[in-house]
Amino acid sequence: MTYGFATIYWRDMIRFVRFKTLLFSSLLQPALWLAFFGIAMSSSFDRLMAGVPVPPGVHAVGYLTFMAAGIIAMTTLFTSLFGGIVILFDKNWGLMREILASPMNRNHIIFGIALSGVTKSFIQVIIIMAFGILIGAAFFAGFGAMQVVLGVLGILAFVGIFALGFLFLSAGIAVSMESPEGLQGIITLLTMPIFFASNALYPVDSFPEFLKVLSIYNPMTLMINGIRYFAIGPDFLALGKHYVYTTSDIALSFFGLICFAAITFWFAWWRFKKAVVT
Amino acid sequence: MAGIPAPGGHPGIEVKNLEHSYGDFKAVDGISFSVKEGEIFSFLGPNGAGKSTAINILITLLSLQKGEASVAGFDVTKDPQKVRESIGVVFQDITLDRDMTVWEILEFHGRLYNMSREERKKRIDELLRLVQLEAKKDERTKNLSGGMKRRLEIARGLMTRPKVLFLDEPTLGLDPQTRMRMWDYIKGVNNEGTTIFLTTHYMDEADRLSDRISIIDHGKIIITGTSYGLKNTLGQDLIYLETSDNEAAIRILQGLYSVRDIKSKTKGFVLMVNEDGTKVLPAIIDALRDRRIELSTINLKKPSMDDVFVFYTGKELRDEPEGKTGYLTLRPGGH
Repeated sequence: MTYGFATIYWRDMIRFVRFKTLLFSSLLQPALWLAFFGIAMSSSFDRLMAGVPVPPGVHAVGYLTFMAAGIIAMTTLFTSLFGGIVILFDKNWGLMREILASPMNRNHIIFGIALSGVTKSFIQVIIIMAFGILIGAAFFAGFGAMQVVLGVLGILAFVGIFALGFLFLSAGIAVSMESPEGLQGIITLLTMPIFFASNALYPVDSFPEFLKVLSIYNPMTLMINGIRYFAIGPDFLALGKHYVYTTSDIALSFFGLICFAAITFWFAWWRFKKAVVT
Repeated sequence: MAGIPAPGGHPGIEVKNLEHSYGDFKAVDGISFSVKEGEIFSFLGPNGAGKSTAINILITLLSLQKGEASVAGFDVTKDPQKVRESIGVVFQDITLDRDMTVWEILEFHGRLYNMSREERKKRIDELLRLVQLEAKKDERTKNLSGGMKRRLEIARGLMTRPKVLFLDEPTLGLDPQTRMRMWDYIKGVNNEGTTIFLTTHYMDEADRLSDRISIIDHGKIIITGTSYGLKNTLGQDLIYLETSDNEAAIRILQGLYSVRDIKSKTKGFVLMVNEDGTKVLPAIIDALRDRRIELSTINLKKPSMDDVFVFYTGKELRDEPEGKTGYLTLRPGGH
C-alpha cells in the first residue's frame, strides 16, 4: 500500500517518454521562449537601461538573466497545470475504474501524478538553465562550485514545491471535470493572471496597489524570489530596481509555497473523495 | 478494528433491498440476494436490466443509495477499503491504456494490487499463455484486435486471486473457442476458492458456468435458482403443438395429469410436462384424435435457459425486437 504512488508514477513516466512528439516539444518549447522572447526583450530593455546609472558596489544583471527565472517559473506553471490532464483522460476512457476499484489508497493517485509532474518540471528546468547560460543568462556568475550545487538544489526545491501546488490543483480540477476542453479552458483562464500578476517579466513595485498586493502573494512571485536568490544572488540590480533578498525573505517565500501546496492538496483530496467514476 | 468482518457478515456477497436511481430512473429496484463463499453466481438479464449498476455498487465505484450490501464480509459503505482489498474486477467495456504494452498492462495491475515481483512474473507468464498473447507481450494494446483486448482484460482480472471476483459480461465479443477456454479457466480459479459473481446476457454462459442464477430485468430479480432448478420449474419437457383447433385442444390437455402449464403462442401452444415428454406424447395425440382435432406440428425439447428466461421475463434476451420471435420460443435443434 505504501508504494502505490510509485506505480502511478511508473505508468505516467512510461507515457511521458513514449509520446516522442510531446516529449520533444515540451522540452523545446521553453528553450524557444527563452531564445526568441528573451533575446528580443533583453535587447530592447538593455538598450533602454543603458543610460541608467548603476550605484557603486551593486551587481547589475541584464534582462535575459532577470527573465530567465521567469521562464523557468512559467514552464513549471504550464507543465504542472496540465499535469493533471491524464486523470481526466483516464476517467473518460474508463481506465480510472481499474485504479479506483483496486485496494490502492486514492491519495496515491494524487501523489503519483504529482511526483511525475515534478520530475518533468525538473528535467525542463535543467534544460532551460543550461540553454539560458549558453545564450548568455548570467546564472551562478561568480559562484564557487559548492555555491553552484547549492544554487541548483535551491532552485529545484522551489520548483518542486511550486510544481506540487499546481499539480494538486490540476488533479483536483481534472477529476471534477467531464471534458478535456473544459479543463483546457479553466487552465488557460488561470494561467493568464498567475503569470502576468507576478514578477516573472518585470518588477511588481510600480503596479497599482491592488495588483501589487495580489502579485506579492502570488505563488509564482514567491517561487521566482527563490530562483533569483539561488541563481543570481541576494543582492542585484535589474531593470533599474535594486533587489535585496534576506534569508528570512526566502524562507518566508518557501513557507508560502508550502502553504499553497498544502491547500491545493486538500482541494485535490476533497475532489477525489467526491469523485464518482463508473 | 476496521479489518474484522461485521457481525453477521459472511465471506460471499450479501445484498438486502438494494435500490439505486439515476434521477427519476430506478436502475436497481429493491434487490436482495446472497452469494455463498466459493460459489459461481450469475446475474442473467438483458442490457439495461441493472446488472452493471449493481456490480458498480458492490465494487464500491458507486456509493450505495438505499439498502445494504456486503462483500467478503465487509460492508461496502462502512469498509470500502477492505472490500477493494478482497475483490477483483473485469469490466464490461474495454478499459485498456492504448499506449501501454500488454506486459505493462498486467505489470501495472499486479503492482496496483501489491503483488510481489516473483508472483507478478509467474502470473503474467501463466496468463499470457492462457489467453495466447505471449507473442504480443511487447505490443501496445492499440494494435491488438478486439478479441485480443478482451482476452487481455480477462487475464488482468485474473492476475490477483481475490476472495470475490466480479466479471461484468466476461466473454462479450469472444469467439466460441476462446469463450470455452475462459470458462474452464474461470472454473479453475473458482476451484481454488474464489467466489465469482458474473453478469451475462448469454444463456449458455450462465447455464454452464454458474452454480446459481438470478434472472434480472428492469432492476428486479425475477427468480433465483440453480440452472437445473430453474429449468425444472418449466417441467421436464416442453411440447410445442399446432392443431386445427388450439382453444379446444388446450381445454382438453389441461386435464391431463402430467401437464403442468400451457402457454398460448401465435400459431400453436406449448405444454410444460412433468414427465418424460416421449412418454406423454402418445397420450396427448390420442386425446386430441378422440376429439377429432388434427395435429399439424409437434416439437419436443428439454427446457433451456432461453426458455426459462423467456418464461419469466416475457421476452427474448437477444437484441431482436420484442414480439418478433414470440413467447417461449422453441427452435428446431434446440439452442
